[in-house]
Amino acid sequence: MSSVSKANPNAQSTKPIVKSSIWRQSLRLLLKNKLALTGLFIVIVMFLACFIGPMFSPYADNRTNMTIMNKAPNLKHWLGTDKLGRDVLTRVLLAGRISLTVGLASMVLSVTLGTLLGALSGYFRGIVDQVIMRVADLLMTVPSLPLLFIFGALLSDWKVPPENRMYIVMLILSLVSWPGMARMIRGQMLSLREREFMQATTVLGLNNRRKLFHHLLPNLIPLIIVIATLNIGGAILSESVLSFFGLGVTAPTPTWGNMIDAANNLIDFQERPWLWIPPGFSIFITVIAINIFGDGLRDVLDPKQKR
Amino acid sequence: MGSYLSKRVSYILIILAAASVMIFCLYAMTPGDFISSNIKLSAERKAELREIYGLNKPVLERYWTWLTHALQGDLGYSLAQQKPVLSLFNDYIWNSFLLAAVSTFFTWLIAVIVGVIAAYRQYSWFDTVVMIVIFAAMSIPSFFIGLFLIKVFAVDLHWLPPGGIITTGSNATGWAHIKEVIAHMALPVTVMTLLGTGSLTRYFRSNMIDVIQQDYIRTARAKGAKEGRVLFGHALRNAMLPAITLVGFELPALFGGSLIIEKIFNWPGIGQLYIQSFGQRDYPLLMGFTMLIAILTVLGTLLSDVLYRIADPRVKL
Repeated sequence: MSSVSKANPNAQSTKPIVKSSIWRQSLRLLLKNKLALTGLFIVIVMFLACFIGPMFSPYADNRTNMTIMNKAPNLKHWLGTDKLGRDVLTRVLLAGRISLTVGLASMVLSVTLGTLLGALSGYFRGIVDQVIMRVADLLMTVPSLPLLFIFGALLSDWKVPPENRMYIVMLILSLVSWPGMARMIRGQMLSLREREFMQATTVLGLNNRRKLFHHLLPNLIPLIIVIATLNIGGAILSESVLSFFGLGVTAPTPTWGNMIDAANNLIDFQERPWLWIPPGFSIFITVIAINIFGDGLRDVLDPKQKR
Repeated sequence: MGSYLSKRVSYILIILAAASVMIFCLYAMTPGDFISSNIKLSAERKAELREIYGLNKPVLERYWTWLTHALQGDLGYSLAQQKPVLSLFNDYIWNSFLLAAVSTFFTWLIAVIVGVIAAYRQYSWFDTVVMIVIFAAMSIPSFFIGLFLIKVFAVDLHWLPPGGIITTGSNATGWAHIKEVIAHMALPVTVMTLLGTGSLTRYFRSNMIDVIQQDYIRTARAKGAKEGRVLFGHALRNAMLPAITLVGFELPALFGGSLIIEKIFNWPGIGQLYIQSFGQRDYPLLMGFTMLIAILTVLGTLLSDVLYRIADPRVKL
């Protein structure tokens, strides 16, 4: 896109014709894209901060301390403390672990599910296609937010222990988001399967599994990588909405979404912004960085969809 | 076209029927019902009430009752508000529509203007700034930006009211009433516009970039048309054409309200009504709302396809 790909046209024209794999070429192009690299850098910093950061925090054990309740940010507690005297910065980082994990895992699940079902649907066509696509249509017709609300309420009823809720939230999010992916892969599959190299595989007498996993899907990997990257941001946003409404991951496990829930308390909302503004900005910065990086990846890996 | 439409409509009806069964069963599975949330009632009274409302019948039988009534245009009675669901929708939906229509208008206006300029000056600093703002707009968690703006503009600066549609207890009429509503709309409309503008601006920008490179744009310039006329007369008209398909997709957003925004800004719209009813397990209303959105979604998709066909006759349906 545009600003991102500014360097690309020149790069393409000056690039010597060398025998190198598409991956190495892509990497070289990507390294020239400063905006995308900035995005990647921010994402890496965020991950490191969340997963390693709390180890260096003196408050990492989530200990409550009634003598320092609701303190504004100060030198000892950079982002202040909450109503139980816990350090907010440490909690934001610990919450980041959960939010990032849920985002990543539900992306992996939905992309895998979507790719697999879309590929089967586009490859076999006929009845398989009919069944899979009708289910996808059904899921796309039902509005997703009410669906997520219902699942969230069911989750509370099944008395799922709080520490296991995050796994179910991942499942729910991927269940709602696979149909779009499946449709896209199916469309690509329908055109790919008519290409000459597929006739060659038929002549060679390869079986379906070989054709599908060794000859068709590898052609879609660049596209899948791009969509997968861009989907992480979306999954993090969805998780935060669910958790904010108390239907996703719930306390005491902190996530960025359920930390913002503090804003539902009028006094916390008005007088103690340090409780809910930092997690909000964490979501924002992470998602924007992922999106910028994903867009840079798209320029490199999937030039047809440029801009 | 005729046979396409009839095929398409019958498929839509099947999908909607399947969706209604699925949603009904899911709501039936949702823990608790309207009566169990009322702790004042005795066990016998609860059983009696369940009998009256038919909540103790098997799910499929309840679905059948619901469906036969719904097909006759009767979505039932809201248990919590003791009013027909349809008349409740009528009370709330126009507030949602007001918010959605105004923000959709601003979204399209800003997206078209900014998209055209960014495309015209591709790779300029303006374009770069626009791209970054677009990414930002696409990455904001809607509920958080809503809360943040309320905190800044309503709580700290006292410039705008924090939520609702009119000031509590106000009985202003005429011009004063309109001014009050506009003040209350300012923040939610800003958030909704911000959230929508990102992807739409990007869409117009890329369409314009395609169009500007066409030969007829060079012809227009060559015959001496002014740059403004070339851009908005020749280029934009062609760039707008594919956007006609987006009109259909706006349909659920226009009438379905926005659950998150209406909740955050306490806006008395249909989304807010839904969230409130979800807590009370007011099934007829929940069912009606979810089906309304589902219907608007499929109708919107159909509308897009048909409009696309009308705009571009080469497209075969």
